[in-house]
Amino acid sequence: MAGERAVGLVRELHRAAGGHLPPFRAEGLRQALEEMRALYERNQADVSEAKSGRTDLIFLIRFRHCCLLRNQRCILAYLYDRLLRIRALRWEYGSVLPNTIQFHMSAEEVEWFNRYKKSLATYMRSVGGEEGLDLTQDIKPPKTLYIEVRCLRDYGEFEIDDGTTVLLKKNSQHFLPRWKCEQLIRQGVLEHILS
Amino acid sequence: MSEAYFPVGPGLGLEENFLSLDDILMSQEKLPGRAESTLPRLAFALGQGAGTGDSIPEGSKLEIPLWLAKGLHDSKRRIISVELPKIYKEAWRTVFSADANVVDLHKMGPYYYGFGSQLLNFDNPENPEIAQTILQTFISRFRRIMDSSQNAYNEDTSALVARLDELERALFQAGQKGLNDFQCWEKGQASQITASSLVQNYGKRKFTDMDG
Repeated sequence: MAGERAVGLVRELHRAAGGHLPPFRAEGLRQALEEMRALYERNQADVSEAKSGRTDLIFLIRFRHCCLLRNQRCILAYLYDRLLRIRALRWEYGSVLPNTIQFHMSAEEVEWFNRYKKSLATYMRSVGGEEGLDLTQDIKPPKTLYIEVRCLRDYGEFEIDDGTTVLLKKNSQHFLPRWKCEQLIRQGVLEHILS
Repeated sequence: MSEAYFPVGPGLGLEENFLSLDDILMSQEKLPGRAESTLPRLAFALGQGAGTGDSIPEGSKLEIPLWLAKGLHDSKRRIISVELPKIYKEAWRTVFSADANVVDLHKMGPYYYGFGSQLLNFDNPENPEIAQTILQTFISRFRRIMDSSQNAYNEDTSALVARLDELERALFQAGQKGLNDFQCWEKGQASQITASSLVQNYGKRKFTDMDG
């Protein structure tokens, strides 16, 4: 049945719930496009046959046309939904993605991510006075400037505003400026402790 | 659910949302139909018969996905006629009006509401009854879904969710999220910065990869 490959792509993406990004299926996409090309060529042949009097073929042409549109829709939806997921990664992870995720992206998607990063950075510099405003900071309203954090894994040295460095070792506890460590908490390196 | 990822939602009523993954999978569901005239060279494409040149004889039964039925539907020239899947027929409509809560919509559906709304695109004489049944089914099931989603806190909800249609599942999840957020706020944890759920999921995956 035509369209199965393209729907397979959509199905796999749909199954990966919660914004998870599955590997890019370049081969599946190529096969779906190949199928579309074949459908188009057969339709061209049948159109010329229908022009010379075989009107009973019109339905068949219409059927193939439906399949073409369906494949187009599946592929566009697949690519678009992946972009939505990649955009979400920028907000969840920050501007540098872990390697495991980068391996799941196609070259074009990496390119898109870099451009998105750039436009976001340009925008954030343009608002909020001279220094700009980091929109990814303070997703939840801050109550204090400093917060108590515990380190969940060995991270290494970490420099804070006043120039001192702290060693983030597993299970060590620190009292750090909130804006410095919010990103690390979101990345799962630190854990926010409420007193 | 990840906070920054908002998927394209399914369309409402007769409209499908072009880029929605849910709608694409919904329109992949099949419905029974019948060929009203001989269809040349189509047998292979629809998975009936072996040769590419075989045609489908008039009156033969077909199983076609919704997207195809919609694309081929033509009120002027009826080439393929579409029938109702059994869950939308009279017999099942009586079951739904008796007690909609007992039906396992996930097994029967899983896109009972969306697919049912799409069926209204075909000029079927039973359309008003179908629409009415879908609406009534939703009304009578909604109370229970809302009740359980607002009260099952820290419990295994898989048994509650198992019999729900996809639309109902989304409602249930929304209710659960509200409940969890509220409980969080009551315990004074709302201001705590937490690791992104996306990161948490990837973390889990990494550990399982190491095991494997």
